[in-house]
Amino acid sequence: MVACAEAWRGDGTTLASPMGLIPTLGARLARLTFAPDLLLTDGEAYLVDEDGQVEGWLPYAKVFTMLAAGRRHVMMGASQIDRYGNQNISCIGDWRRPKAQLLGVRGAPGNTVNHPVSYWIPRHSPRVFTGHVDMVCGVGYDRGACELRVVVTNLAVLDFATPERVMRLRSVHPEVEVADVLAATGFPLAVPDPVPVTRTPTAAELDLIRTRIDPGGAREREL
Amino acid sequence: MTPDEIVAELRDGMTIGIGGWGSRRKPMALVRAILCSPLKDLTIVSYAGPDVGLLVASGQARRVVTGFASLDSIPLEPNFRRARQAGTVELTELDEGMLHWGLMAAAHRLPFLPIRAGLGSGVLEVNPELRTVRSPYADHEELVAMPALRLDAALVHMNRADAAGNGQYLGPDPYFDDLFCLAAERAYVSCERIVPRLEGPPQTLLLNRAMVHGVTQTPNGAHFTSCVPDYGRDEAFQKRYAAAAADPEEWRRFTQTYLEKDEAAYQKAVQ
Repeated sequence: MVACAEAWRGDGTTLASPMGLIPTLGARLARLTFAPDLLLTDGEAYLVDEDGQVEGWLPYAKVFTMLAAGRRHVMMGASQIDRYGNQNISCIGDWRRPKAQLLGVRGAPGNTVNHPVSYWIPRHSPRVFTGHVDMVCGVGYDRGACELRVVVTNLAVLDFATPERVMRLRSVHPEVEVADVLAATGFPLAVPDPVPVTRTPTAAELDLIRTRIDPGGAREREL
Repeated sequence: MTPDEIVAELRDGMTIGIGGWGSRRKPMALVRAILCSPLKDLTIVSYAGPDVGLLVASGQARRVVTGFASLDSIPLEPNFRRARQAGTVELTELDEGMLHWGLMAAAHRLPFLPIRAGLGSGVLEVNPELRTVRSPYADHEELVAMPALRLDAALVHMNRADAAGNGQYLGPDPYFDDLFCLAAERAYVSCERIVPRLEGPPQTLLLNRAMVHGVTQTPNGAHFTSCVPDYGRDEAFQKRYAAAAADPEEWRRFTQTYLEKDEAAYQKAVQ
């Protein structure tokens, strides 16, 4: 969750659009600590503060405008992602008659060419981190991505800070071996030497998570 | 008008836009009336939810134009998923912003509107008819020329309307219902209640009668999708719908129980 929160560090007055539970909790943590200017939504049509109190109105049409203006940073999921950051949430197999129909491209094509995008992948595996995605929804750096900030998984944090803008291991989570990450990734990863360890929550952050952000412990069920 | 009278104005092969979003404020009573009609070969333009699922399952939708199909609390629309995997429905898959822009272009009588969404993505590969356009100004930026999505008819569901066709939403989001109506040759509104005089903040008066060609009162007509503040989504029924869609025998039973009779019978069955 802290690694997800870190994705929004330095974004200022930007609309944070987290998809999924852990990114949502992470965005709230960021707003409560080092990113107080972030705009959060309730997932429907309201802008809300860190405790869910309404501070503004943002129906889909207005989200699309902020998106196009580049004033948003979304953290999406990915059913497949390649080393350039091309992401697929549409379907698995041949698009004309897929083996598995998934959600559809949604706003991923527009998000990735207009504003910063990060990804949250709760199960890091070679099926997700693949050499070739079946349908390019979010575009990667080889197809004109605006900014792909980080890819946070259950094992590590990855980014694209390489000369060719291909995926790189930024840090491994505590107690995870670099070899585990490489084995779970279906393409060669750039690896720094030494590999940093993802920072753990501070005592103040842990307290916020336990008392204000997720007192019910929903985070434990997702991981 | 009645839902059946509205559906009687539709024709085979039409392109029909359906308002709402996912499993939210869908004109389900009108969709159910289509299910009971012989209409076929429809192209459905929608931010797709169970509206699309039902019309795909009945075989009446030949093509779907959308960016996703979801039941919100159940991420994937089961009937759409099955039809795609069986190859029984054609798909025009667009970024949801492109869909917005296509409706906007149609509403403004423009041939297209430029947009960045889609550039570099598979959307341009699976829709080879889409073209790009270069800015004639100093930036010379290349953009997608999103063509107008002109609709033969639009179907939307409002919380309130008057008999003349002025429509009001009372929930948090208008979605794109006004644009669906403006992009359509003819627009039809179902609503929870027809009232003699619309009350409330003027910003809630989303549709005016110049945009609307027919109104029908269908209480609980968005069921099982949400229609707040009148009612929320019927999650238990949606679960039943999704479970039924996963099994052909169950689906046959579901359609017999709920979908083969008129709206009054449906409303009685889901009480």
